[in-house]
Amino acid sequence: MFVSYLFATEGGLFDINATLPLMAIQVVVLTYLLNSLFFKPVGKVVEKREEFVRGNITEAKKKLAEVEKLEAELQTQLLEARSEAAQIVNEAEKDSEKLYKEAIELANSEANTSKENARLEIENQTSSAREQLSQQADALSELIVNRLIHQT
Amino acid sequence: MNLSYFFTNFAELEVGQHLYWQIGNISIHGQVFLTSWILLGALLVFISLGTKKMENDPKGLQNLLEFLWDYIRDLARTQIGEKVYRDWMPFIGTLFLFVFVSNWGGALIPWRLIKLPSGELGAPTADINTTIALALLVSLSYFYAGLSNKGWRYFEYYVHPTPIMLPFKILEDFTKPLSLSFRLFGNILADELVVSVLVFLVPLVLPIPVMFLGLFTSAIQALIFATLAAYYIGEAVEEHH
Repeated sequence: MFVSYLFATEGGLFDINATLPLMAIQVVVLTYLLNSLFFKPVGKVVEKREEFVRGNITEAKKKLAEVEKLEAELQTQLLEARSEAAQIVNEAEKDSEKLYKEAIELANSEANTSKENARLEIENQTSSAREQLSQQADALSELIVNRLIHQT
Repeated sequence: MNLSYFFTNFAELEVGQHLYWQIGNISIHGQVFLTSWILLGALLVFISLGTKKMENDPKGLQNLLEFLWDYIRDLARTQIGEKVYRDWMPFIGTLFLFVFVSNWGGALIPWRLIKLPSGELGAPTADINTTIALALLVSLSYFYAGLSNKGWRYFEYYVHPTPIMLPFKILEDFTKPLSLSFRLFGNILADELVVSVLVFLVPLVLPIPVMFLGLFTSAIQALIFATLAAYYIGEAVEEHH
């Protein structure tokens, strides 16, 4: 009974008739309908967005490269500035050392000259005092001699 | 005795009975067209709603349609290749959507509640006419794709890599539509039969997992049909070196 349904002349599972070409035409029509209603409009929107995203990514990459270049430049500038600063500090230190040495030398020599001067002065005064003293001693001795002579 | 009882009742499920429409002196299966018009109408309404207001920031239905579009594009691109997939994407997509909507519509909508004078409503793809129509369209398209892309050089494919392949390649042109149509037809019809027999025998709970399995098979069959169609077209346009 079941088998008779499968291959019945009228009806049955494998009953092929005009449904086939009509269905084929229907699917072809559906293809055109879906193409104009679905595939074209959605594709346009999606591809436009993909283009937009791709453009944005390339632009961002370009900008990133620029930023990296600038950063590298800045880094070299910073390094240069640092070495320059170190050099300046070095020079200043040397200068200040030199000045310090000069100042000390100057002070030393000044002190020496004033010491010398003082020594000379002392010597002078000593000799003049000694001379004075010897003169007074002479005068006194003369006085003493005169008195002794007059007494006798 | 038991077996004959089963088959008599099985016959009550109206396997292989059709609602005949007579147009002139040609007759067609009315139930196939009825369900396909309802389902395709629903599909077209759904798509029109989704593409009515296209925005750059997709929302709701547009999101779903874009996902679907992307899915179909990936399918067409991987099988057909970067060069010509654009020409065939609408066809592959239509095949996929038609088979998918038919299969799921047949499985999800309780058609049996609508009584017909003869036969019953169900998935349009459970009718051999529909699946053969689809398979023949695929055959025509891959011939057309090969001939339009490579001209007469398309027939190099038949002797590639050696002329020994010629009879097998010719045989393939017949087995391709045959296997495409019978695979789809058999799977969907078998699913419908299993569900109806189970519903008939055990009307509670038990048919539900089988129904889910049917939904899974239906989706897989749509994917297989579209993928194979795209593969055949890709094979026809492929350049041999």
